[in-house]
Amino acid sequence: MQKGLQRFGALVRKEITQLLRDRRSLAFMLSLPLIQLFLFSYAVNSTVYHIPTAVVDQSNDRKSREYLQAMVNSQYFDMTVQFQNQNQVIAAIDRGDVKAGIVIPPDFATDTDRGTGNVLILLDGSDSASVSSGFGAAGLIAQMYSLQLTTQEIIRKGQGAGGGSLSVGASALPITAATRVLYNPDMINVWFILPGIVGLILQNLAVQQAALIVVKDREMGTIEQILITPTRPLELVLSKMIPLLVLSMLAMGVTLLIGIVWFSVPFQGSLFLYFWMALLFVVGSLALGLLISTRAKTQRQAQQMALLPMIFGLLLGGLIYPRSSMPFVPQFIGNLFPLTYFIRISRSIFVKGVGLEFVWSDALILGIYSLVVVILAARAFKPRLD
Amino acid sequence: MNNLAITAHGLTKRFKTRQGNVTAVENVTLEVPHGETYGLIGPDGAGKTTTVRVILGLLTRTEGESSILGYDSMRDLYEIRQRVGYIAQQNVLPGDLTVMENMLFFAGVHSMTREAQKKRIPELLEFAGLSNFTDRLAGRLSGGMKKKLALACSLIHSPQVVVLDEPTLGVDPVSRREFWNLLGNLRAEQGLTIFVNTPYMDEAERCTEIGLIYAGKVIASGTPTQIKAMIPGHVIEFTPSIFPPAQKAVTGMDGVLEVQTYGDKLHVFVDDVPRRKAQIEAALASEGITHDDLREIEVRMEEAFISLVQRQTRIAEAAAPASTISGGAA
Repeated sequence: MQKGLQRFGALVRKEITQLLRDRRSLAFMLSLPLIQLFLFSYAVNSTVYHIPTAVVDQSNDRKSREYLQAMVNSQYFDMTVQFQNQNQVIAAIDRGDVKAGIVIPPDFATDTDRGTGNVLILLDGSDSASVSSGFGAAGLIAQMYSLQLTTQEIIRKGQGAGGGSLSVGASALPITAATRVLYNPDMINVWFILPGIVGLILQNLAVQQAALIVVKDREMGTIEQILITPTRPLELVLSKMIPLLVLSMLAMGVTLLIGIVWFSVPFQGSLFLYFWMALLFVVGSLALGLLISTRAKTQRQAQQMALLPMIFGLLLGGLIYPRSSMPFVPQFIGNLFPLTYFIRISRSIFVKGVGLEFVWSDALILGIYSLVVVILAARAFKPRLD
Repeated sequence: MNNLAITAHGLTKRFKTRQGNVTAVENVTLEVPHGETYGLIGPDGAGKTTTVRVILGLLTRTEGESSILGYDSMRDLYEIRQRVGYIAQQNVLPGDLTVMENMLFFAGVHSMTREAQKKRIPELLEFAGLSNFTDRLAGRLSGGMKKKLALACSLIHSPQVVVLDEPTLGVDPVSRREFWNLLGNLRAEQGLTIFVNTPYMDEAERCTEIGLIYAGKVIASGTPTQIKAMIPGHVIEFTPSIFPPAQKAVTGMDGVLEVQTYGDKLHVFVDDVPRRKAQIEAALASEGITHDDLREIEVRMEEAFISLVQRQTRIAEAAAPASTISGGAA
C-alpha cells in the first residue's frame, strides 16, 4: 500500500511537471474554455433587443404614452417612426424599415380603466428571433398593464416584382399574457444557457485532454518504459487524471467568474455545493476521456472519438433543446453522458439556488457513473503492450 | 532452473491481423545462466523485440513457456518488473523531463527510500557520465547520452537482470564502444545477467552466449567461438578486378562451399585452402580477371551469420515454402 502510494506520487509528480513544462498546450487548455464561453453565450443567446418599431398612437394621452415608454424602457423596442394607421405600419414592415409595429386604439385610456384595454402588436414573421423576443416582451409588459394584447405575425409571401404582397396572419392572437417565467423573469436567455455552457465547456476540456493522454504515451513509446516498472494500471490512470482535474476545476472557476461578472448572471445557490458537484462531474468526464484513450490506437483516433460526447452533449444534454420533448432514444443516449446530469444540477444551483435536497439524485447518478467509468478505464488499461 | 536467469521453451507469439495470424516468433528456446551476457542476434524484423517483450511479460504469449529469475512471464508480472531493468528499443524516456527528474521518477516508481535514492542516483550518474547534465532535458541529450541515461534509469533499483533491446541503435561508434564498456563493467563488477538484442555482429562478439534469430526462429546458439566453428571449411578473401564474372566463375566450383560478397571483396568458403587457392587462381586467369593476393582469413561472426542464414533458407525452401513472416518491432 505504501509502495503503491509512493509509485502514485512519483507518477503524479511526473504528470504535473510535464504539464507545466508544455506551456503552449497549457495556455491553449486554459484559453479554450474562455473562447467557447464567449462563442456559445453570444451565439446561442437568441434574445433580440432594440427591435426597430413603428408606432400608431391613436389615443395619444398620458396613459398611452406611459405604456409606450414602458415598451421602450424594456430595451426590446426602439420607437423609430410614428404613423397614422395600421396599413402604413404593415407597409413599413414590408419594406423592411421596421420589424414591429404597435397600434394603440383611440379609446385606450378608458378601456384600460375598465380592464378591457387592447393593443395590437404587429411582428415581422420572417424574423423568428424578433418575433419570439418581441412576443414575449410585449406579453409581459401588457400583463403589467393588464391589457388585452392582439398580436399579428406578418409574413411576406414572395418578394418578387410588384413590391410583394403580404398577408396578415390568419388569426390575430388575443393573448391574456398567461406566460409567467419563473426564476428568470426578464427571460434573459443567457441566465438559462450559461450554467449549461459551463458544463459543456468542462466536459469538452476534460474529455478531450483525457482522451489524448494515455494514447499519447502509447504513440510516443514512453508507455513501454513505464509499463516495465511495477506501476499498476489504476495508479497510472489515476495519476493522469489528477493534474487534469486541477486544471479543469481552474478553468471552471474562471468560466464561472466571467459568467457572473461579464454576463451578469447572478449565482443564487451555494458555491461550496457547486464546487463538489462540478468535481464529481469532471471526474466522470475525465474517466470517459481515459476510457476513450485506452481504446484508441492513435491520438487522431482519440480526438475523433472524443467528438462524440461533445456533439451528443451539445445536442442531447438539454443545453439548447429541452430534453423533455425528446423521443426515447435520443433521451436515452443523452443519459450516457455526464453532461446531461450536470446541466440539471448546474441550473438548479446556479439559477434556482436550491440545495442538495433537490439535486441529490442527479449527483448520485453522477457519482456512480464516475466510479464505474474509472474502473472500466483502469480495466481497459492493460499492463501489456498488446 | 536455479542456475538460469532467463529461459524460454518453445516460445511462440502470433499476432492477429486483418490478413490473418502472423507468426512473429516460433518455437524459440533459449537459456541464459546467471552472470552471462546473452546476445540475441538477427536482422531487423527477425523477432528479437517480440521475443524479449514476451519474456518480459509486455506481450502475451501464444504458446510455450518463459521465465525470468524463475518467475513466469505471464503470471508473475510484477515480480519480474521489480527485479528487471529494461531499455526498450525505441527507448523514449519522457523527453520533457530533465535527467535528474527522470532518475527521480524511476526511483519513485520502484518505491526506493529517500536515503537509497540519495546514494544510488549520484552513483549511477557518475557511472553513466551524466553528472554534469542533471538539469538537461532528456529530449535534448545526444543519442548516445540518451542511451546512457536509459541504462542508468533501468539500473536504479539494482536489478539482477538487464534486458536491452538494440541499445546502440542510432548511436555513433565511439558512444557504442563506451556503452559496451559500461555493460562490461556491470557484468564484471556486479555479476549482472545481461540480455541484449542487436543486429550488429561486432557486438555479438562481446557476448558470452549468443543466439542467432532469423525469421522468428533461433537458428543457432552457443558461444561466439562455437557459432563460428559451425561454419564448414575456411575462408579465402580477395579483390577481383571485375566483380560479377569473378563471382560467377568461383561459384559452384569443386570444393567451394559458399561465396559471399563483402564490399569489393569476395569471401570464398572452401574445404581445403592450398588446393582450392590454386584452382581459383587458375579459373580467374582463364577468364582474364586480375586480382590481388588470395589470402585465408579468420571466420568472423558476420560470415558465420550469413552462412547460417543461407543454409537455413535452403532448408526451408527444400521443406516447404516459408510460412514465417517476421513481426518486427512494431
